Amino acid sequence: MAWIKRHLISFAAIAVLVYMLVPNVVVAAFSFNDPKGKYNYNFNEFSAAAWTNPCGAQGICESLGLSLQIGVIASLTATVLGTMIAFALGRYRFRGRSATNLLIFMPMATPEVVMGSSLLTLFLMLGVPSGRTAILIAHIMFCVSFVVVAVKARVATLDPKLEEAAADLGANPTQTFLRVTLPLAAPGIAAGALLAFSLSFDDYIITNFNASPSSITFPMYVWGASARGVPVQVYVIGTVMFVLTLVVVMTGQLISSRRNRQVA
Amino acid sequence: MAEAAVLSTGSSAPPTRRRRNWVPYALLLPGLLWLVVFFVLPMVTLASQSLQEGNVDDGYTFTGNVGIYVDALKQYWPQFVRSFLYAGTATVLALLLGYPLAYFIAQKAGRYKNLVLVLVIAPFFTSFLIRTLAWRTILSDDWFVTTWAQKLHITDLLQAVGLTANDSLLSSKFAVIMGLTYNFLPFMILPLYTSLERLDPRLIEAAGDLYASPWQTFRKVTWPLSLPGVVAGTLLTFIPAAGDFINARLLGNTQTTMIGSVIDSQFLRVLDYPLAAALSFILLIVIVTMVSVYVRRAGTEELL
Repeated sequence: MAWIKRHLISFAAIAVLVYMLVPNVVVAAFSFNDPKGKYNYNFNEFSAAAWTNPCGAQGICESLGLSLQIGVIASLTATVLGTMIAFALGRYRFRGRSATNLLIFMPMATPEVVMGSSLLTLFLMLGVPSGRTAILIAHIMFCVSFVVVAVKARVATLDPKLEEAAADLGANPTQTFLRVTLPLAAPGIAAGALLAFSLSFDDYIITNFNASPSSITFPMYVWGASARGVPVQVYVIGTVMFVLTLVVVMTGQLISSRRNRQVA
Repeated sequence: MAEAAVLSTGSSAPPTRRRRNWVPYALLLPGLLWLVVFFVLPMVTLASQSLQEGNVDDGYTFTGNVGIYVDALKQYWPQFVRSFLYAGTATVLALLLGYPLAYFIAQKAGRYKNLVLVLVIAPFFTSFLIRTLAWRTILSDDWFVTTWAQKLHITDLLQAVGLTANDSLLSSKFAVIMGLTYNFLPFMILPLYTSLERLDPRLIEAAGDLYASPWQTFRKVTWPLSLPGVVAGTLLTFIPAAGDFINARLLGNTQTTMIGSVIDSQFLRVLDYPLAAALSFILLIVIVTMVSVYVRRAGTEELL
């Protein structure tokens, strides 16, 4: 009894973790289903058909390709813009600092439906057609703030003395930045870029306001399919994404922990 | 040190130590310009759109029709109230569920810390829609209702408290709130974890040494020190939950429609732009007001 009491928090934590992971397990299990009817609700029969033919559902791989393309361009652009802002905030004193902080915070404190609809009104007024460009503009906009937060957290932990030391050793500001500051800030920048990619890749609400019939992203495809009946291939892609994330993040952590051990 | 200083002044192009004033502005310019043009300016066009009259085919003219806001509220106040109620409930539930897990990762997980942290973040990198569809699969299984609830004769009770709708867990209030809680839980856990990680375990030991009960230790030490994380986490959960309509549409029924859904369909299906813009603007104003009051009350001005 005392043992249970002592580990109460651990049990609660594990229960919550199970709650968070149950849908992923269901997605993986149902990716091997051969559904009866168009809704993949009940496990009918084991089948690996969807795994051997992941593009089997019409339009699914085109939408996946578009989402990957938008995700890469949007996250790279947002990472450049956000990293620059994070360095300005973390390394310099300047006027208008609190206004800048507010402007960075606001997109994170605004519901997506408001951002999507307000952008739609801007594009309507300016006559910007909906579609891929409009989606890209929107994605870069909502990703920038998250990159700033991720990079700024890392920049704040850097010791400014290292940069001073580089300058003392005769490095010019560009050399100092490229060979000292940037490598040190790299984990924060990588985390920001990864976060931006996942936000862009996963966005439905804002994208839906700015998409055209010829620019169906993967989340839009899934949303459409949820009304018609979800092809098993969607679950296959969901499983692949989950496993890939686990592999990428764990490899990243292994590299960083090995590097830390070398430094130590 | 002196040697280095001599060396650096002796080189042909001494590095300027004085920070150049234009550098921070040059770094800020592109990003902030992007946010001003594609975030701030749209808020202006949104407000302007709400005060225009006309239709999609003939175009719109600005008439300053403030009455649209009265109409919007009169017609859709239940959806507004429902959205804030659902989002509030989901936020409280996420805090109750997220706190033990965040505490566990920060203070108890030891060498499994990184692994658990990855498991918390990983679902977040898998499609939000696919995971919500998985909940639809899970909740559509009526095993619980048809066996247990009927045996215990509580089907009517479940229906009354909103746990089920038409004897199914799916399409009930419970399903929508559970979905919201689930989907935004990582947004709660990560800020909580950040503040709890900074908590020095010696403070907890000290409280125990001074005869504080575990509950007192939590009330007087752990909770106050984790407050910045609680504020950030509740905001990051409540705001997206209040505007969300994916959970309400995929897991709910027509009685659980949230305001995001109304805005979405008014804009994209009904094409009543002024009304949709007014609804969207009201949502923005309410959220901004709530957030600023809450942040001031909680006393954590520096959230970034």
